[in-house]
Amino acid sequence: MADTHAHSVAFVRKDVIPESPPPARQTGVPKWLRENLFSSWANTALTIAAAWAIYMVLSSFLPWILNGVWDASSLSQCREILAGKTGACFAVLTERWHQLLFGFTYPSELYWRPVLAFIIMLVAFAPVLFFDLPRQMLVVTVLFPFIAFYLIWGGPLLTPIIAFLGCVAGYLVFSHYGKANFATGFFGGIAAAFIVWSIGGLLVDLVRPEEPWMTPVPSRDLGGFMLNMMLGVTCVSLSVPLGIVLALGRQSDMPLIKAVCVIFIEFIRGVPLITLLFVASVMLAYFFPPESTVDLFLRVVIMITMFSSAYIAEVIRGGLAALPKGQYEAADSLGLDYPQAMRLIILPQALKISIPGIVNVAVGLFKDTTLVSVISMFDLIGMIRGPILASTEWSGVYWELFGFAALLFFVVCYGISQYSQWLERRLATDHR
Amino acid sequence: MTILTDPPRGQFRLSMLLSDTRYRSLTFQGIALLLLIFAIAYLASNLMTNLAQAGLSISYSFLASPSGYDINQTLIPYNSQSTNMRAALVGILNTLLVSGLACVTATIFGVTAGVLRLSKNWLVRKMMAFYVEIFRNIPVLIWIIIIFTIMTAVMPAPSAFRGDDPDSTMVLGGIAFTNRGVYVPGPLLANPIFSATVLNWVLVLLFLVGSWFGARAVRTWATAKQEATGLRPTTWYWILAIWIVPVGILLAIMGLHWQIPELKGFNFAGGIKIGGPLIALWFALSIYTGAFIAENVRAGIQAISKGQTEAASSLGLRPGRVMNLVVLPQALRVIIPPLISQYLNITKNSSLAIAVGYADVTATLGGITLNQTGRAIECVLLLMLFYLTISLSISAVMNIYNNSVKLKER
Repeated sequence: MADTHAHSVAFVRKDVIPESPPPARQTGVPKWLRENLFSSWANTALTIAAAWAIYMVLSSFLPWILNGVWDASSLSQCREILAGKTGACFAVLTERWHQLLFGFTYPSELYWRPVLAFIIMLVAFAPVLFFDLPRQMLVVTVLFPFIAFYLIWGGPLLTPIIAFLGCVAGYLVFSHYGKANFATGFFGGIAAAFIVWSIGGLLVDLVRPEEPWMTPVPSRDLGGFMLNMMLGVTCVSLSVPLGIVLALGRQSDMPLIKAVCVIFIEFIRGVPLITLLFVASVMLAYFFPPESTVDLFLRVVIMITMFSSAYIAEVIRGGLAALPKGQYEAADSLGLDYPQAMRLIILPQALKISIPGIVNVAVGLFKDTTLVSVISMFDLIGMIRGPILASTEWSGVYWELFGFAALLFFVVCYGISQYSQWLERRLATDHR
Repeated sequence: MTILTDPPRGQFRLSMLLSDTRYRSLTFQGIALLLLIFAIAYLASNLMTNLAQAGLSISYSFLASPSGYDINQTLIPYNSQSTNMRAALVGILNTLLVSGLACVTATIFGVTAGVLRLSKNWLVRKMMAFYVEIFRNIPVLIWIIIIFTIMTAVMPAPSAFRGDDPDSTMVLGGIAFTNRGVYVPGPLLANPIFSATVLNWVLVLLFLVGSWFGARAVRTWATAKQEATGLRPTTWYWILAIWIVPVGILLAIMGLHWQIPELKGFNFAGGIKIGGPLIALWFALSIYTGAFIAENVRAGIQAISKGQTEAASSLGLRPGRVMNLVVLPQALRVIIPPLISQYLNITKNSSLAIAVGYADVTATLGGITLNQTGRAIECVLLLMLFYLTISLSISAVMNIYNNSVKLKER
């Protein structure tokens, strides 16, 4: 067999064939296309269907956007300019820009104040969000709530200063006594802050100036996207500490504290946010002292904070439960007491695990701030559905306005979720 | 705590309430209890004072008085002379209706998008990622309003269907999309067995339940046969017949026919009207929650390690059976708990109906009834009670499920 074969072969190659490039089908774009789009008949059909769907959407949307009119004073003028062509009327955005952002009653000569507060907010958040920035920037973060309050609401300068001094007093007492005994430091700090605030409150009433530097703006004049931002930022920052407390309370061995926390969390998570906003708008006023006037903004902040703190508490509870039991035992065996163990060992790890969840809650909460339009507050959606669509110039301009609102929310929420993914990768200390 | 290091239990002294960790929790709870009682008493006394000043009292008698308003979409007979209680009931049924519908469609959207996101096709994968990101990052309220606007501002008026050469025509010969809602053909029975319409449909439902048991029996029989002989008999046409034939015969006896909506006067008559608000809410909730479900489904499928698929393949299972017998049962354990909490979210988000005027329980009890009677506290409390009941019962179902599929570790 072997020798017959050797004789029958007519040609045997003696040298190596030079290397040749792979066939065109196996490289570059054609290969990618074949593998990713046309690997089988079913896949090809799917690709064609998807491409057709994208074409249908783009062919109806692109002319609409590209033909858009940016400069007109009413819808009818827009239609004249377009002269029968399809096209958007983005002029409503340019003409009502300030209303969309600040609401329709915020004094127009004071728009620089919320804008400045927004810029300071970006500076204040930067060192919290990105650890590589210089730590000195945290000063801005600490001062930000007081500056922002002063800028947005105006009024006597003494109010934010007293509030700040109260916080400083509380912090000093806590850092002095808190090292030895957490409870003493904590309650002492709260007491100190309250003492400063009540003395300062008297002082503010005494020296109330006739003409404060910053014109006071009442809360009911706030509106537009500014209102959504304010509610979102305030409620998320307030509800994180509250959520930590609730989560720890739910894990506690003390039956009374545990029961209170469980009932609170389950109650809040069981009802829709709208009912809580109803509570804020029609019911909560009954629970305050008769002569007090707590404005709607504050009542809404209270209810939304309660709402989100319950959800954040559940996220953090997940983080606490995910920690191996050895961490708790190690902290105990080092002789740390409960506050020390929590502050130094447990919470830093548990919070790190909970970051994606907390960000999810924050994004959800920011989206849910649009619900305040239902209780007739003029946030972005309230402005669009109320004053702008009801005006004679712009009634009927739905898509441009809602598209703009959707775009604003998308940019913010998508940005936050991308940040959270970056942070997760950044904080990952496990083996890669 | 080990027994050896514990100090011997001495006489209890009062100072131990602060210094001894064994008793300190009692102190804390005592303080907490006092604070709690104080807070509740403070709030209650404020409430009493405020109510007395406003000349109000807590009373639920308004529930029995006539409501005085009409509701455009009701599942049970209702008119403006009905009581507020019945208005609330109409609202509750409407909430359950829209939530139920949205749960079904959201699951369909979500599972489709979640599976397609793992597709080998690059274009489809990216399209689904785009869908998920767009819908997850924009408030559901905006989606509800946008779809409601499509329903009211873009759809033609009923008069557009008039004439020999109308501007609009019915889709599939029987479905009319108008700016007053969508009209679909309604099923009618020519010679019903019971006089009450509902009972007839209950009978149909009973037949379907019977078919389900029948189909299960066939499957059990097939499995038993497979165990005995190693060959699984072909059963799909049996199961198909069991599902279709009995119900088909029953419906034929009762004379099922479809009533096509017709243009009469200024509006359509006959058939079933699905109002624009219901469609907007239904569709917006399903497509929004579908994006979240898609992420859950994707995570669930990705959570099953590749070794499972490979092991199943190396046992000789075909791809379809690998999916059915190995991957899905494990993935469902991961998918179902978040899926159920998404259903809960749908139920709670359906309260946004008030923004488009769909008469759910928030709009009837928490909206019109509250405004007309001024009984804010009572209405809001009842509203919360309803949603709490729904949430807690869904949570209970979820806990039962979680316990039943929990990995049994020994």
